[in-house]
Amino acid sequence: MSKKRTGVFVCHCGTNIAATVDVAKVAKEMAGENTVAFTQEYVYMCSEPGQESVVQAIKDNKLDSVVVTCCSPNLHEKTFRDNAQRAGINNFTVEIANIREQCSWVHKDKAKGTEKAIKISRSVVRRVNRNKPMDAIAVPVTRRAMVIGGGIAGIQAAIDIGNAGIEVILVEKQATIGGRMLQLSETFPTLDCAQCVMSPKMVEVNRHPKVKVMTYSEVQEVAGSVGNFRVKVFKRSTFVDPDKCKLCDECTEVCPVVVPNEYEHGLTARRAIYIPYAQAIPASFTLDEDACLGLNPVVCGKCKDVCETGAIDYDIRSQTVTEDVGAIVVATGFDLYDQANIPELGGGKIEDVLDGLQFERLCSASGATHGHVLRPSDHKEPKDVVFIQCVGSRDPAKHCAYCSKICCMYTAKHARLYKKHCPDGRAYIFYIDIRSGGKGYEEFVQRTMEDDDTLYLRGRVSRLYRHNGKVRVHGTDTLTGQNVEIDADMVVLALAMVPSKGTAEIAKTLKIGRDKDLFLAEAHPKLRPVESITGGIYLAGAAQAPKDIPETVAQAGAAAAKVIALLSQATLSRSPLIAKVRRSHCTGCGMCVEACPFIAIRLEGGKAIVNEALCEGCGSCSATCLRAAIDVKNVTQLQVYEMIEACLA
Amino acid sequence: MSEQQTYEPRIVAFLCKWCSSAGSDLAGVSRIQYPANATPITVPCTGAISPMYILSAFNKGADGVLVSGCHIGDCHYIEGNYLARRKMHLIMQLIEFIGVEPNRFRMSWVSAAEGGKFAQVITDFVNDLKPLGPQEKLKKAERA
Repeated sequence: MSKKRTGVFVCHCGTNIAATVDVAKVAKEMAGENTVAFTQEYVYMCSEPGQESVVQAIKDNKLDSVVVTCCSPNLHEKTFRDNAQRAGINNFTVEIANIREQCSWVHKDKAKGTEKAIKISRSVVRRVNRNKPMDAIAVPVTRRAMVIGGGIAGIQAAIDIGNAGIEVILVEKQATIGGRMLQLSETFPTLDCAQCVMSPKMVEVNRHPKVKVMTYSEVQEVAGSVGNFRVKVFKRSTFVDPDKCKLCDECTEVCPVVVPNEYEHGLTARRAIYIPYAQAIPASFTLDEDACLGLNPVVCGKCKDVCETGAIDYDIRSQTVTEDVGAIVVATGFDLYDQANIPELGGGKIEDVLDGLQFERLCSASGATHGHVLRPSDHKEPKDVVFIQCVGSRDPAKHCAYCSKICCMYTAKHARLYKKHCPDGRAYIFYIDIRSGGKGYEEFVQRTMEDDDTLYLRGRVSRLYRHNGKVRVHGTDTLTGQNVEIDADMVVLALAMVPSKGTAEIAKTLKIGRDKDLFLAEAHPKLRPVESITGGIYLAGAAQAPKDIPETVAQAGAAAAKVIALLSQATLSRSPLIAKVRRSHCTGCGMCVEACPFIAIRLEGGKAIVNEALCEGCGSCSATCLRAAIDVKNVTQLQVYEMIEACLA
Repeated sequence: MSEQQTYEPRIVAFLCKWCSSAGSDLAGVSRIQYPANATPITVPCTGAISPMYILSAFNKGADGVLVSGCHIGDCHYIEGNYLARRKMHLIMQLIEFIGVEPNRFRMSWVSAAEGGKFAQVITDFVNDLKPLGPQEKLKKAERA
């Protein structure tokens, strides 16, 4: 092997690196490395002139490999590999030494920071010395997509992808698509009815020739990688044939079982056989297996008896369906923070203390009260209603540290809806700050204060309890310094948004990360906001962070655009950094075969053979091999040993 | 005591690419400060870390070795961290058997969302290593 000619490019990152790392010293030290033929520093290596200088230096100095000491490889590895290719050298001979996130940003002592930056850079220079040029593996792409979650985010993404002529499977856990938005009454800042916006979208996606809607279904297992996923979807039986169901409602009249109605957020009850809303899609009843007395004509069987069309069939079985897709959009939405965690506000046990979604259902024409604001305890019109913002949000000591973003707006909306329903009532809002960034949002809040005569009280509420048939609210107005006591007929809590219940599980199944607040983590907060860290899996809606409807729709569209771009390619390039066997060293002991999580290694003729289509390059095999006969390309054991040495030099 | 104050342990930190390396990136983005004693080596997965790497690091003069990966159950490669856990458990027993303080080797689970935890792991490790002083047992004598 002739000696490598490595170029080392040291980035200052403005002062982000240069302030705590002596960049000139790093460059000087690297110049002393045996294989380094060229070094250069620049203030912003990733800028246009910086990138050009890298290309020029490769050409001028006949470099065959490159180390850029800069930020995390997650940011600019691709940038500099593309540049290397432009300059005519193989992109897999380019590596990043991360001296920003892993060094300059976390150390203040310049001498120690510089020393560490040199060690990191040197270890990567040594690694690159043994990097082999190689070509990405071309793999065919499955031109189909899956969207998980049938709320507004998922529906929008599915429609957008379908409109590009790509087949989409929309998987929804509930018995109907529509998600949270379908539960809303009106939406801010225009006060247009959520149903009027949502229902046509639901119909559109359901009728879309390219979209297959699977409700009452859950993703169970995902295998494969970007471009070629194999997804197992568990389709629960509804025990009702949607084609035969005529929505006559006879079955619910005879069903003896009563359970809380989750679609009405617990305000009303439903039967074991039910339809979530009149506008549900698919337009069919669902028999809740868990609530039903036993799907057995001997035990009950009343619904089956009255069904004239014979739509109910206790023998319809749940099934697992396997779908091959090239890309996945995760749009699993949000839940409200559990009131049980907030005992001082009743912990969900005080009558007439509602959460925001319950209030939406009260205001909604499709809700139990047909759009009349009536308090649950006595069905009378409440005359004093207290709205409390930031319940569970912005409270790092006890609850969620983050701002749930939409509560200022929807509380203002709630106050206005209430005043529309009860013009002689009084609305009070406890708030910390009003955050109304958004088109028309500030004006909306101003109108709530001025036109609708809502009393905004700046402060928090310390306690709620029942008192003389009302709910007593103990709060503080921090602007006047006075304690406030209100005997309210109804209290509405703007609870924090948290990722929906199934999000944790789906994140695990898909191997995508979650952030510190347990929302799905984007690959980069600014530059890759709709991608997960796993290739081919995209994020949309409130499962990624609290957001309002316009933002959700925009993000869903962005995720769809990413999917369309991905699936428009005939082939995808896959990382060639996979395992390779040194046949001369292999004794055929088979330890690597057992260690491989992807069943990518088999023994043939007494030697291990790697199936390149299955290998993901994790390296479990190499750590198991007693004779170092199997290695991941460009992360070989020899390379790691040399990196260790460089770290300790 | 004064010697202990000036002594800075040298740590090699093997980080998996998907969780702990990303967690260390988050510590950086959040500007969470921690001691500069640990030099990171990013590998695809903790499952790819050969026990020999650990011994090699001690052999080359490391005072402490850290292996950090995804939380159990969250491995990007399904089960790499289970394999690592088994191997690293043996390494811990082995180094103790040959007379190296078991505290010099540490394994942690740091996800991509745990920047603060990453900084804490390094800080704690450095603090625990300081009283032990330099690691001599496995260090190969330097050739004159």
